[in-house]
Amino acid sequence: MTVARKSGLLHLSVLVALIGLFFMLPPYHSGNLARIMVLAIYAMGFNILFGYTGLLSLGHAMFFAAGMYGFGLAINLGGFPLLPAFLIGMLSAAGLAAITGFLALRTTGVAFMIVTLMFAQTAYLVILYFGAYTRGDEGFVIQTAKRSVMGIDLTTDSARYATALILFGLCFVALARLVQSPFGRTLVAIRENEERARMLGYDTGAHKLKAMILSGLISGVAGAAYAMLFGYVGATFATVQYSIFPLLWVLLGGAGTTIGPLLGVFFMFYLIDFSSSLTTAYMLIAGIVLVVLTMFAPQGLMGEMRKRVFTWLP
Amino acid sequence: MLATLEGAVIASVLVLTAMGLSIVFGVMRVVNVAHGEFYMLGAVLAWYVSSVLGVNAVVGFVAALVLAPLLVGLIAAAADRLILKHLKYDPDRTIVATIGLLYIIQQTTLMTFGPDARPVAPPFNQRLALPWFEWGENGLEMFWPWGLSITSYKLFVIAAAAVVLLSLWVLITRTKLGLIMRATQQDSETALAFGIPVGRVYSVVFGLGAGLAALGAVLVVPIQQAHYLMGADPLLLSFIVVIIGGLGSLPGTVVAALLIGMSDGIISVFFSPTLAKIIATFLVAMVLVWRPQGLFGRAVT
Repeated sequence: MTVARKSGLLHLSVLVALIGLFFMLPPYHSGNLARIMVLAIYAMGFNILFGYTGLLSLGHAMFFAAGMYGFGLAINLGGFPLLPAFLIGMLSAAGLAAITGFLALRTTGVAFMIVTLMFAQTAYLVILYFGAYTRGDEGFVIQTAKRSVMGIDLTTDSARYATALILFGLCFVALARLVQSPFGRTLVAIRENEERARMLGYDTGAHKLKAMILSGLISGVAGAAYAMLFGYVGATFATVQYSIFPLLWVLLGGAGTTIGPLLGVFFMFYLIDFSSSLTTAYMLIAGIVLVVLTMFAPQGLMGEMRKRVFTWLP
Repeated sequence: MLATLEGAVIASVLVLTAMGLSIVFGVMRVVNVAHGEFYMLGAVLAWYVSSVLGVNAVVGFVAALVLAPLLVGLIAAAADRLILKHLKYDPDRTIVATIGLLYIIQQTTLMTFGPDARPVAPPFNQRLALPWFEWGENGLEMFWPWGLSITSYKLFVIAAAAVVLLSLWVLITRTKLGLIMRATQQDSETALAFGIPVGRVYSVVFGLGAGLAALGAVLVVPIQQAHYLMGADPLLLSFIVVIIGGLGSLPGTVVAALLIGMSDGIISVFFSPTLAKIIATFLVAMVLVWRPQGLFGRAVT
């Protein structure tokens, strides 16, 4: 079998497994899985920039929140129907990513991390400042009646799962194809050696900006989907913690792999679910995982798999 | 004018904290995201020490002033040995690791110390009156004796910070340890070739940086209270200071800390605190974008 067929089969079987799981799992876990898939979209968005382009942003929560608030405010204050509101959420995330990218990409390395962190902090404070509309930390709820599309009520378990799966599947397959395309290959070249990529005649600045916008757009899809499926919009999702989470997921699952983000979210979700039943200090687990991973397995689960067993892994 | 004095108190604590961050970055080229948590740890340990020694506020405070920074420094040095050394001080990976460290320290404190804010009694706290002159409607006016009122403790904080800064300056410019630190900063490989134990210097520097943050925190607990989330604001402010002052430039750090500590009090008089924070955060990000070497820094080669 060729590499392309192998990887095509792998992605297909992941999706089939996700469909199958819905019928096998009790409602509690299928609800969790819907949440995991939405968060995995966020992780995949982050992975484009971090895993493939090699740019570590510490401010992705602002794109997630832009998608979330773009969607939520368009529905609640703007009175838009569901689908246009979703589009507004996506566009506001992409627009914010374009601005952030234009400014922040002037810096590299540590400065890039701090600049993105500070932009995200600014975005978070802006949300708090306009508390009259955003209701700040408390957040607001999107009415159940408004969360339906073409007569389908998205608040039922099966519709929610199906929507999450469709959105996840679309992003999953699109990104798997993207990273095999010349554009994706160029991003990897920039990650490995930016100087050399530039010498070969690639416009690395434009590529990085495009990667940033794409990454922000997909994070925005995740944010809008989260608000759409779970009906809550809050400033918690714009905090530094939510910028750290995708880093954690992608590091755990394997940066620069297509299924790494999903696996990372899956394991981390259940790890935190389990540990929060033991203690309120569940972020302790996140901290320990983060330190242990950077020390012993910087490649993550799928990265180690790729190194040892499946060298063809996309 | 009172705002200026209050600002000076904030500034003196900020100078110490930011200095710790700046030294670590200058010598080791490590951005320590867990710096705010070392600050918090200093405050929490100060509460423990002073409540164990209980009876006398002065004894408890002095013990905390000595013990808390020492303990925090040791913890930081151990973290350097266990984690950062293992990562070979790679800038990207150390950032991720110190984020992990941030959560480990913060959440462990939450588990042991609990979510409540707890006060530490100041060793002395008289209200003082300072005379003050002001150019008013009737020419030069003198306010006596209540021109300005401030507690003696706050004046002590300002003085203590000045003393610590001076001794730090002496340490760096006049002692062998300082010489070794400066040599490591300039070129760690050459320093290693000259027989300087660079690994140990790094541990000492990391411990010193964390200890300075803890010292700032011990000074501030009698004014604020110890709380497990108190590390976030000093971290952000120290970042701002270090960036504006020029990454790794110590005189720049002092100037920037004074500037920002003073202006923090004054800005929040005119704007709402949230808006002040928005403006400050955004401006600093812009400074980094357009002048990555900082306002007072020279370009790093």
